Amino acid sequence: MSVTREEVAKIASLARIRMEDAELDRMVPELNNILDWVEQLGEVDTSGVEPMTAVIPNTLRLRDDVVDAIPETSGGRRDDVLANAPAAEHGFFGVPKVIE
Amino acid sequence: MPETANELTKLGVKEIRDGVAGGDFTAREVAESFNAAVAAAAELNAFIVTTPDHALAAADAVDAKRAKGEDLGKMGGVPIGMKDLFATHGVQTTAASHILEGFKPQYESTVSQNLWDAGAGMLGKLNLDQFAMGSSNETSYFGNVNSPWKKDGTNAAMSPGGSSGGSSSAVAARIAPAATGTDTGGSIRQPAAFTGICGIKPTYGRCSRWGVVAFASSLDQAGPMARSVEDCAIMLEAMAGFDPKDATSLQMDVPNWEAALDADLKGKKIGIPKEYRMDGTDQAILDSWEQGKAWLRDAGAEIVDISLPHTKYALPAYYIIAPAEASSNLARYDGVRYGLRDLPDGAGLQDMYAATRAAGFGDEVKRRVLIGTYVLSAGFYDAYYTQAQKIRTLVAQDFENAWAECDVILAPTTPTASFPLGSLNEDPLTMYLNDVFAVPASLAGLPAMSVPATINEDGLPLGLQLVGKPFDEQGVLNAGLAIQQRAGFEAKPEKWW
Repeated sequence: MSVTREEVAKIASLARIRMEDAELDRMVPELNNILDWVEQLGEVDTSGVEPMTAVIPNTLRLRDDVVDAIPETSGGRRDDVLANAPAAEHGFFGVPKVIE
Repeated sequence: MPETANELTKLGVKEIRDGVAGGDFTAREVAESFNAAVAAAAELNAFIVTTPDHALAAADAVDAKRAKGEDLGKMGGVPIGMKDLFATHGVQTTAASHILEGFKPQYESTVSQNLWDAGAGMLGKLNLDQFAMGSSNETSYFGNVNSPWKKDGTNAAMSPGGSSGGSSSAVAARIAPAATGTDTGGSIRQPAAFTGICGIKPTYGRCSRWGVVAFASSLDQAGPMARSVEDCAIMLEAMAGFDPKDATSLQMDVPNWEAALDADLKGKKIGIPKEYRMDGTDQAILDSWEQGKAWLRDAGAEIVDISLPHTKYALPAYYIIAPAEASSNLARYDGVRYGLRDLPDGAGLQDMYAATRAAGFGDEVKRRVLIGTYVLSAGFYDAYYTQAQKIRTLVAQDFENAWAECDVILAPTTPTASFPLGSLNEDPLTMYLNDVFAVPASLAGLPAMSVPATINEDGLPLGLQLVGKPFDEQGVLNAGLAIQQRAGFEAKPEKWW
């Protein structure tokens, strides 16, 4: 399978990465080289093989139902959460207007 | 620098820890020596930021503890380099990207905190391939890292490997006794091999991923890079451990790997996978592999031939799985919560996302995000992603079958020695092939290590790789130690920086 310039533009748009024409022109053959190469995976008979979901068998743990049990991942840290925001306003993340 | 300071930078983790504990020198003297060596090595471009005050404060704390007769910790008095993929409280953490330039985490990664708790200090944040995507350290927004090594008779800048290239360069240049690395598909082992040092990626889950900038979460593992197997064992003990903040963290005790180091391999079987004899592998690499077999036989091990039939499909499967996970993980960089924001005049939210990510990500990162987005998109998901995950199952089963016949696997770490920076840039695929021997163990989540074996005809280091059963870091370290003792690798780069 190979991708066209239009398809790469579509993928870039889905990935929310703006791409100029020259960049698209460069990306198309590079992506096609990679896609051609991964095509060889189709040779492998995988009927009856389960796709891997966990590389090391591990059970999901349940933690005790305690509020703020782990301070680093608990509430009450608004200022820390906003500390690196490019536009924090009034205790919120600022974004361009989204509702007309 | 005074002569004693120069002497101190020759020391490794164990020698520093024991020397500080024994009163041969102070932790402060060690930190000052390495701070000076780091400051004098700007040409390597191994560090994105240096943190001499952090190293000094940690050293002073260790010296104060010693004065009071308290325990100094597993890494007491050892200053280290921290790959700039680990979040460090109040210290810029970039993943070598523009999009995270200026980001100062309000928390500390579990692995770095474990190291500080063990008495280590931080010399600075080490350069890397952007978001750990690369095998040559040429994708960093903050410039290429130079290897301290040169090809005999040339002055060309050589690659330190990647993605942990700042780590490998700093340790090989003796400006840090050890450094953290992370390994998604070879990013500890390949740079270790390129620079004549040791590096171990433990079993998936041994080291917490909490606070490590995510690339491909089902593969990412942290590990130590240092100049000896013993130093790696010590540092891995300090880094590893159960962490409730990482859902995939192994709920197991950390073994005392250092104390159990034993190079006597009597009764052990070492597997030699026939599929690793690939076209395009340097003769010198194949010769070093033969030499490695002889060394392990000399250590008492039995050498057995094994087969890992799906080896050739591991790398292409990796280049579906890792970009797929990356495209999802990197969706968080949106110009809203942290990092760069590019807001063109009059732009709405969607345009802001697209402009921010266009300005903030480098070419290799964009390439992988696009590949990942494509293979996960409707209509292609099964053909690419599901098929790759099935092949990942087959690769892991190959190893499981092999463990019926052997205890540890010996293979080359890389198909070639280091190459000049800029020489493989034309085609991303050629670059990817650097990790052909490293990726299978990553896909299977297994502990794997590179140890220096020899120097090739160009004067460049070559590494040998050891892969072990799940949770058997000890078996890997012990076989690595047997090689280290027999290889007697003492070559080091001529100082030019």
